[in-house]
Amino acid sequence: MNAPSAILHNDELREKLLKPDVISGSDILLRSLLLEGVDCVFGYPGGAVLYIYDAMHGNSDFNHLLTRHEQGAIHAADGYARSTGKVGVCIATSGPGATNLVTGIATAYMDSTPLVVITGNVVSSFIGTDAFQEADITGITMPITKHSYLVRDVEDLAKTIHEAFHIANTGRKGPVLIDIPKDVSANKTKFVYPKEVNLRGYNPTVAPNKLQVDKLLKAIENAERPLILAGGGVVYSGAHEELYEFATKARIPVTTTLLGLGGFPSGHELWTGMPGMHGTYTSNMALQNADLIIGIGARFDDRVTMKVQGFAPKAKIAHIDIDPAEIGKIVKTDIPCVGDVKTVLQLLNEKLVPGETQAWIDHLNKLKAEFPLRYEDSDTELKPQYVVEMINDTTKGEAIITTDVGQHQMWAAQFYHFTKPRSWVTSGGLGTMGFGFPSAIGAQMGNPDRLVISINGDGGMQMCAQELAICAIHKIPVKIVILNNNVLGMVRQWQEIIYDNRYSHIDLAGSPDFVKLAEAYGVKGLRASNKAEAQQVWKEALEHDGPVLVEFVVRKHENVFPMVTQGNTIDHMLMGDAE
Amino acid sequence: MKNSKHTISVLVNNQPGVLQRVAGLFGRRGFNIESITVGESEESGLARMIIVTTGDDKTVEQVSKQLYKLIDVIKVNDISANPSVSRELALIKVNAEPSQRSEISTLVDTFRASIVDFGPTSVMVQVIGDTEKIDAFIDLMRPYTIRELARTGVTALVRGSK
Repeated sequence: MNAPSAILHNDELREKLLKPDVISGSDILLRSLLLEGVDCVFGYPGGAVLYIYDAMHGNSDFNHLLTRHEQGAIHAADGYARSTGKVGVCIATSGPGATNLVTGIATAYMDSTPLVVITGNVVSSFIGTDAFQEADITGITMPITKHSYLVRDVEDLAKTIHEAFHIANTGRKGPVLIDIPKDVSANKTKFVYPKEVNLRGYNPTVAPNKLQVDKLLKAIENAERPLILAGGGVVYSGAHEELYEFATKARIPVTTTLLGLGGFPSGHELWTGMPGMHGTYTSNMALQNADLIIGIGARFDDRVTMKVQGFAPKAKIAHIDIDPAEIGKIVKTDIPCVGDVKTVLQLLNEKLVPGETQAWIDHLNKLKAEFPLRYEDSDTELKPQYVVEMINDTTKGEAIITTDVGQHQMWAAQFYHFTKPRSWVTSGGLGTMGFGFPSAIGAQMGNPDRLVISINGDGGMQMCAQELAICAIHKIPVKIVILNNNVLGMVRQWQEIIYDNRYSHIDLAGSPDFVKLAEAYGVKGLRASNKAEAQQVWKEALEHDGPVLVEFVVRKHENVFPMVTQGNTIDHMLMGDAE
Repeated sequence: MKNSKHTISVLVNNQPGVLQRVAGLFGRRGFNIESITVGESEESGLARMIIVTTGDDKTVEQVSKQLYKLIDVIKVNDISANPSVSRELALIKVNAEPSQRSEISTLVDTFRASIVDFGPTSVMVQVIGDTEKIDAFIDLMRPYTIRELARTGVTALVRGSK
């Protein structure tokens, strides 16, 4: 398994941590996290984790960032994990602390983000008595965790933590929860950190079945209109180079899903853009006309396939995925390849014989030229797409972009041209508002040398705005962008198109002055309402060496196109030309 | 695809919460559970669950794959795809005036069931067999008026050395 290993490399510290001292559960937790290579933990204290926070006091080896809400902590851990490939860690207290993590856990679960989530719980003997701040968090999160533990004995703690890290960051990655009752964090035992993990019921398939690989090679050789559907699995498996080799050697066009963005260089002649509900015309038509679709670390999500009956009607489907349960779940699969994406692609690359695909590539390139993503620019109103293009141009597609959920997310996906993987942090599966800004804090903590830009709407920004405090205090230089259209834009768009202009509860009048809000926290705030201002303040923001919030006041009635409405196949796109 | 009954054997770590993990998975993925039995297995630390579910082949394949994703699940086996033995036990309390007892006793003997308790105006019958046999026996008991009925659900093993 090639999970990015973050094992601590500082030998001196390692030796100190591994000493078999008799220590408390809290010290075991901190030492174990350090041994797993954790360099930043996001959290919020409370009654049930007081021993843990007491152990942090004066511990200069351990780096903890106090957020202002547990949801901010877990989204930050998520942004850290997605942008680094390492396990993100957050800590919260029992009861409300733990339940405030639920949205973040579900977000990570849907998008296969490796997290280890630590919660405190009430004293063991109080569990089940409806004690103060008691919640059955392992029970509550069972459907949204890859695995969970309620640690009943301090003797089990070190082993549990080691297992949790292994489970979180191998196979199909995901969040693992460790619930630690208060007495377990207080009790003492001799510290022994296990070297190995032995889990009988957990052996992810890494190497694929050779027969299926051969079958796929044959299909590639015979295909005239093949298409690669590359998803988040390419990025998570670190297989972007293998994918590049595969696509260019086999001469197969690539469409990257929302989570797959960055897994293949945008702008490459073989790249068709994103598919699905707000995908490019070329990607959607390519899916509908392909004779072979090779899904790679993608799960044929309903926002990609839209109406499944009628999806890719002419194609043979090959599916490469580490999770066997994804194969055949949504679409009938002709060639299943269960295995780690990187390993499978390496095998394929060894024996690849390209088919006759040039006519197909030419055809798709013609479509790309004829039906590019476009918007009607304006000299009187600032267009959100213009802002994203400006951000793209000024950063050459090399920044880490985090987003919230809604129209701005789709525009960022459409108009930011990612050049490398682990540069795109967005809640795809769960579609979590409030994710965009705190996830940028985590991404910046994990990538101190990269430019991190968080693109948000005026709605989502208000769901986790309190974390501005963290940026200010720790001078975390995230560039916070708000595309302010004074409305819940995506809901407005649906109400306009599908609900006959019946606009119900979407007006965000009464939102704060975002510039003043930033300044109230001690963060620089800027605003632009036209193109000239936009260029000027954005330049100023990029030159500012600390955190900065830039509010772009954009056109309210702008819609995201193309758009496929629900119940239609993906070739039925509203192109927005009538507007 | 055709819906049919499947008996699935699931070998799991005998841990607190494991029943909740398995049953919860069935519930949230929309797989139905007709019966579920849990007990210790041949190996200490492991429990065997026998789950009877209805679905087409695709659903049963998804059930199996989703079960395997649970860390505490060691092995999943569709028993009904193999020659197997499946058994269920039912306890049935029926009205029985002393005059009716010999009549009931004849039915009990025919089904190789047994009377395990007598009350002043009732008897309790224990019957073991596959689901069809128990259904048939219960139907025969209905005319006497069934006061209470408890069934264990199916447990099963594949035949032979497999």
